[in-house]
Amino acid sequence: MRPFSFTFATDTAAAVQAASQGAGSAGGAVQYLAGGTSLVDLMKLDVMRPAQLIDITRLAEPRLRAIELSPQGLFIGALATMRQVADHAGVRRDYPVVAESLQLAASQQLRNMARVGGNVLQRTRCAYFRDTSWPCNKREPGTGCSALEGENRWHAVLGASEQCIASYPGDWATALIALDATVHVMGTTGSRTMPFARLHTLPGRTPHIETTLAAGDLITGFTVPAGPHTRRSLYLKVRDRESYEFALASAAVAIELDGDTVRQVRIGLGGPVAVPWRAREAEVMLTGKSLTEASATAAARAAFAAAKPRQHNAFRIPLGQQTLVRALLQAHSMELAV
Amino acid sequence: MPMTLRVNGANHHLTLDPRTALLDALREHIGLVGTKKGCDHGQCGACTVLIDGERVLSCLTLAAQAQGLAVSTIEGLSSADKLHPMQQAFVDNDAFQCGYCTPGQIMSAVACVHEGRARNDDEIREYVSGNLCRCATYPNIVAAVRQAAPLMRGA
Repeated sequence: MRPFSFTFATDTAAAVQAASQGAGSAGGAVQYLAGGTSLVDLMKLDVMRPAQLIDITRLAEPRLRAIELSPQGLFIGALATMRQVADHAGVRRDYPVVAESLQLAASQQLRNMARVGGNVLQRTRCAYFRDTSWPCNKREPGTGCSALEGENRWHAVLGASEQCIASYPGDWATALIALDATVHVMGTTGSRTMPFARLHTLPGRTPHIETTLAAGDLITGFTVPAGPHTRRSLYLKVRDRESYEFALASAAVAIELDGDTVRQVRIGLGGPVAVPWRAREAEVMLTGKSLTEASATAAARAAFAAAKPRQHNAFRIPLGQQTLVRALLQAHSMELAV
Repeated sequence: MPMTLRVNGANHHLTLDPRTALLDALREHIGLVGTKKGCDHGQCGACTVLIDGERVLSCLTLAAQAQGLAVSTIEGLSSADKLHPMQQAFVDNDAFQCGYCTPGQIMSAVACVHEGRARNDDEIREYVSGNLCRCATYPNIVAAVRQAAPLMRGA
């Protein structure tokens, strides 16, 4: 690990000013540190090389740790731990997909450490990105992508580019993008809010740029808008083993039903996706229709219509489709908590 | 950088490189070698300790991050020569072979019971899934947690 300086932030605005001095977000010289489960790991691998860490876990503002339900929606502060959100009774009742996406991620040790703000910024698990002896356009722009013709079972079929096929590994982001969440950001010019769907950027020709955040930007929280669809929601995750593993395929679904007819539906997909993924084509196909295995299957086909498989990951297209079908049918038959 | 770490109720005044993980601070600088280094990347759970009562991975925690917090390790679990109910249950159920993952397993299992997540075998399996055992003593670990849980609640 390279040397770095370590300080505790005591004031949010001052921390943002200090962090803005380091260039770039993902590869920047100054990094915020919260749980550290991703950052410290990647520093040990020499993949991330910050010169300065600003520990934000001692910031005192209660709103940074808040989990609040209101008629308008759900607010979650960025410093809430994964476990606190996953265990929250109100979240489990009114936004089950949000709680489940966190509950089915990582281990309890990691869920105690990792904060939901940092969680959305976790880096890919691509083995070539994590091993500095390999070329990687995301880690060292212009060096090439080792995964294109390499071991790419874990790589993306949706949203990838010729420069990078790394997958986004997170679960919670899949729930956030499905439910039209917004993300609250504090930057050098003040606070702002933007759709969560605008946080991550497709790899395209610049896979080393992963988000729209500027140097110094600090995620302070998330809002999930309320709606008649959030209670009939779930997160289905298919893995190589039953627990403590990243998704081979996952689906975050939320449905408002009128009898068997879909009034509205929201679908997020995880696993072989380059960024948190919203399946809008599938949503359009289901809206106003009866939710059956046939209509769900047709929608799932549409969700993966643009998929581009590589040598080792083609199986994740039918797996992803079947995961979505099962998630939709499970949500259809869900008994809602009173 | 100078720092004070509170481990098992005792303060340790140390001067550490900021790069020092809590795991290495415990083992190399404080001399508490019960906590084990497995993968050193947050994947195996061997380094599990409690911070303010919650289980965390000491390999991915910088020592600097633990300043001012209460760290509990396997060495602090039992008092005098009487084993903690979870330690006794691991012995009674033969819940280890080589023993390397065991301190992490026990710390994780203790937290699992405190969290109220040891109500049945499936729940135990799910909530200690972050602790790998290459000797595959998993059925015995589940049995040990099942044995210790009611004793801990009674304690």
